[in-house]
Amino acid sequence: MSMLGLEFMRNAFMAGGCIALAAGLVGYFVVLRNQVFTADALGHVAFTGGLGGVLAGLNLLAGVFGSCIAVALAIGALGGRGRGRDIAIGTVFAWVLGVGALFLSLYTTARSAASGTLGVSVLFGSILGLQPAQVVVGSLTGIATAVVLLLIARPLLFLSVDPEVAVARGVPSRALSALFFVLVAVTVAESVQAVGALLIFGLMVTPAAVAQNLSTRPWVGMALSAGIAVAVVWLGLVVAFYIALPASFLITGLAFVLYLASHLARRMSRIGRLA
Amino acid sequence: MRILGALQLDHAAARLGGRLIWTEVDLEVQEGEFVAILGPNGAGKSTLLKALLGVVPLAEGSVRVFGRPVRRGSDEIGYLPQRRRFDPDLRIRAVDLVRLGLDGERWGMSLPSPAKTNRVAEMVELVGAAAYQDRPIGELSGGEQQRILIAQALVSGARMLALDEPLESLDLNNQQAISELIRSICQTRGVTVLLVAHDINPILPFVDRVVYVAGGHVLSGKPQEVIRTETLTALYGTPVEVLHTSDGRIVVVGQYEPVTHHPDDH
Ligand SMILES: Nc1ncnc2c1ncn2[C@@H]1O[C@H](COP(=O)(O)OP(=O)(O)OP(=O)(O)O)[C@@H](O)[C@H]1O
Ligand SMILES: [Mg+2]
Repeated sequence: MSMLGLEFMRNAFMAGGCIALAAGLVGYFVVLRNQVFTADALGHVAFTGGLGGVLAGLNLLAGVFGSCIAVALAIGALGGRGRGRDIAIGTVFAWVLGVGALFLSLYTTARSAASGTLGVSVLFGSILGLQPAQVVVGSLTGIATAVVLLLIARPLLFLSVDPEVAVARGVPSRALSALFFVLVAVTVAESVQAVGALLIFGLMVTPAAVAQNLSTRPWVGMALSAGIAVAVVWLGLVVAFYIALPASFLITGLAFVLYLASHLARRMSRIGRLA
Repeated sequence: MRILGALQLDHAAARLGGRLIWTEVDLEVQEGEFVAILGPNGAGKSTLLKALLGVVPLAEGSVRVFGRPVRRGSDEIGYLPQRRRFDPDLRIRAVDLVRLGLDGERWGMSLPSPAKTNRVAEMVELVGAAAYQDRPIGELSGGEQQRILIAQALVSGARMLALDEPLESLDLNNQQAISELIRSICQTRGVTVLLVAHDINPILPFVDRVVYVAGGHVLSGKPQEVIRTETLTALYGTPVEVLHTSDGRIVVVGQYEPVTHHPDDH
């Protein structure tokens, strides 16, 4: 049977592609702004929020999106940069993950035999088992995130590389930083469905790092980052269809291989230039 | 030439973190003037530039640029902030930074535009940075970064340049070359230049007016009027001596005490 004849494969290509598009674009700025740690930490929030949503009788996605956006706004309000903020974020997020462990044990005892599969699917994603509603939500939010990001891309680039001049030229720094955090949060929440809360790096950070190794032109870099993210998701799905390995493993694995290759390429080009 | 008020401060005062930085500042700069802003560390020179950019609001008084109250984001002022270096890992080409000075605050994506690309290339050429414009900004030396940033401040064709220590981290030859470049832009295009410096000597031949910031107050006038032993001693509130070397350089000595004299310390 052909791959695209199966509904769950079509869903995975559709939602996975849209989510990857957003993750690649947002990830480019996450790497540029040195906010990799924040993005990772938001994955922890997504885990706890998802379980909390289910426990509270809401659905998983509502919990994931709600908690990520609330926390992003709180970080935005905190403001600041650098070490002090990283320490504050790390401390809070370790606690959030602890709360997630509590939720997981509550959930497991409540459903007795129903076990921890929910926790596992939040942690590692279940792109081949998406519900129709999840496909719609994932695709639409992915596209919406990408559109909003492209609308703010130029002032955000200015603010990220040269904040003082950007502020003097009238870039609204606080509002833009807060909006960007919300976009990161929404992207993390989307990605949880595809690759899970633990593997968000594979979609948000690795493609962007590869892109920045390959090009120092910002607009080319953004396009590359988005293209690579979509490519690894689709390729991962194709391989997963033929080989019985988890899709999230294949997606993050492909991204990792590309990352190593891009480092090599950068080394080589530097040696080439020196020669 | 038409003489127009480029910058006007009336009874201005600035406060940062609850502390008055300077007060009772009255200052007028004419269009096309080359102004040097001098003073010891922490006196409030950078704060003065930020006030006229609208980045630091005044605690008192008013500031007008080209006759209008200042607002953040005016494209009439090209700004070069006092710098720490760029992150060595920042993987963005130097020329892209110059381009951001042209239209970086606009929404949306940057679409290819030959006119804008040419304008950027012209500025990069003007500051002599063409050789390294395609390298990542983080890899450039301090002086190379400084030239790129000067191009960035110039590129939008602003009528006023607010340059915070643009000669810092340049060698003597480059200090000379860059000050002459700024002077020629000032003269040929009638651009008003406000330049913060710690050493007046490289720019002394070009300077129309000196603004001296010290002791919580600001003094302005022609270089030979302001940089005198009596004037500066009165401004600092501690003994200061102005020496003239045999080759025509000016040296200000005696400001060894930490600058703790602020108007609110009384
Ligand atoms: N955000 C801030 N909050 C509180 N105080 C500040 C802030 N920014 C600057 N200051 C203080 O204001 C004073 C003036 O600072 P400013 O940067 O204008 O000095 P400067 O004359 O440019 O000094 P330098 O020659 O070292 O660049 C300093 O004492 C500084 O510590
Ligand atoms: Mg300063």
